[in-house]
Amino acid sequence: MRINVDTARCSGHGVCQLAAPEVFEVGDDSVVHLLTDHPGDELRSAVEDAVAECPEQALRLEG
Amino acid sequence: MVGGSLAGVRAIESARREGFTGRITLAGAEEHLPYDRPPLSKEFLTADELPPPVPLCDPATLRERLHVDVRLGVAATALDPAGHTVWLGPDPLPYTRLVVATGATPRTLPGANSLAGVCTLRTLEDARHIRAALGTSTRLVVVGAGFIGSEVASSARQRGASVTIIEALPGPLRQPVGEEMGGVLSGLHARHGTELRCGVAVEHFEGSGRVEAVRLADGTRIEADLVVVGIGVTPNTGWLAGSGIALGDGVECDETLQTSAPGVYAAGDVASWPNPVAGARMRLEHWTIAAEQGGAAGRNAADPAGARPYATVPYFWSDWYGKRIQLAGIAANADEVTTVAGNLDGDSFLVLYRWRDRLAAALGLEQRAQMVRYRLLLSKNTSWSDAMDYARSRAAATPDPAAAATHAT
Repeated sequence: MRINVDTARCSGHGVCQLAAPEVFEVGDDSVVHLLTDHPGDELRSAVEDAVAECPEQALRLEG
Repeated sequence: MVGGSLAGVRAIESARREGFTGRITLAGAEEHLPYDRPPLSKEFLTADELPPPVPLCDPATLRERLHVDVRLGVAATALDPAGHTVWLGPDPLPYTRLVVATGATPRTLPGANSLAGVCTLRTLEDARHIRAALGTSTRLVVVGAGFIGSEVASSARQRGASVTIIEALPGPLRQPVGEEMGGVLSGLHARHGTELRCGVAVEHFEGSGRVEAVRLADGTRIEADLVVVGIGVTPNTGWLAGSGIALGDGVECDETLQTSAPGVYAAGDVASWPNPVAGARMRLEHWTIAAEQGGAAGRNAADPAGARPYATVPYFWSDWYGKRIQLAGIAANADEVTTVAGNLDGDSFLVLYRWRDRLAAALGLEQRAQMVRYRLLLSKNTSWSDAMDYARSRAAATPDPAAAATHAT
């Protein structure tokens, strides 16, 4: 599972962080940072929620 | 699925994800595929080139992957709950489950429809119209100091117009952020050259053919060549009159977003529901509510036996003059407001609201990373003392002399 972040679209709402705090964290630079490059499968559902719920549609899931 | 905007799209995505394999029809009154509204008061008005609407779902995904029969430019006109039929225009459409997400319509003022240059902002057409008018307008009056009006004001200032906001209440944003913080946020307008007049109502508009001025109730005359009215919206429930479903402030739903008609759910601006987090019925016009309720209504409609209550700590954001304001929780009736980061006169701050012994809300200006943390604390019903402990530990860890907690009751 690879997550693609469009940092131009991301404005740090942090909906992703609330959905999957093991994977996403909004930094002091106001954009999201991935805490892991390859989240385990047990996080798939939470990551899918994060991708679906981003208000700026800034996240994409590959694989 | 009646309603072709955010709640509708999320309901469909959610129903399919839940495993619903039956037919789905999406009917929207607007002529456009579902598009996102927040940009309409922001980059839509300020960008050099007219931007395209931001789609909420790729059209190919909607039709081919989600298998949705999309009907645009078709308004719902009637509902027969006993007969499980909804009318789209003159055509009856039977359903097994129905999600109502017909949104809301901007309130307007008398005389608004008889003069050119007096507008509201809800749709893509509204935004294009205002954008074009801002190209030649030099004097904008915004009626209503709410979030939409304030964003339009901010965008107009960026385009070089002079702007006056008229607010009938003594201060702006009292209901969402409280009197004190409403005053603090209005400082942003002052700092960016937007005039704000509170405590006075609009009496009427002047002009022949096109608006020329706004006359206030105290006799003041303010010249205007463009007026945007942002005084709130009313939920679109007129088409449900006579259907027998419970209507109050919008369509009245239970905790699972089901209406009084079995098999009929509602979501978004049109829906009121008892929010378990607040212990009260509410109807919220936030983007996140439309998104989350759409998802919940779609899920519950697809699997009614497994229907789950929808509970949320309300959250919204608004961008003024390039700065992000965020509010999470419920600030109304707070017992105390405390600054825990930044400076109320500055470009960044975070304040917490206490209700009894709990953290009730957090309001931030350019505090994006911290707001996520406070949203998490709010979702856990964190006590005030725990929230303040966290705030103090953050202040101690942050090398910012302005971050010391101060009390402002």
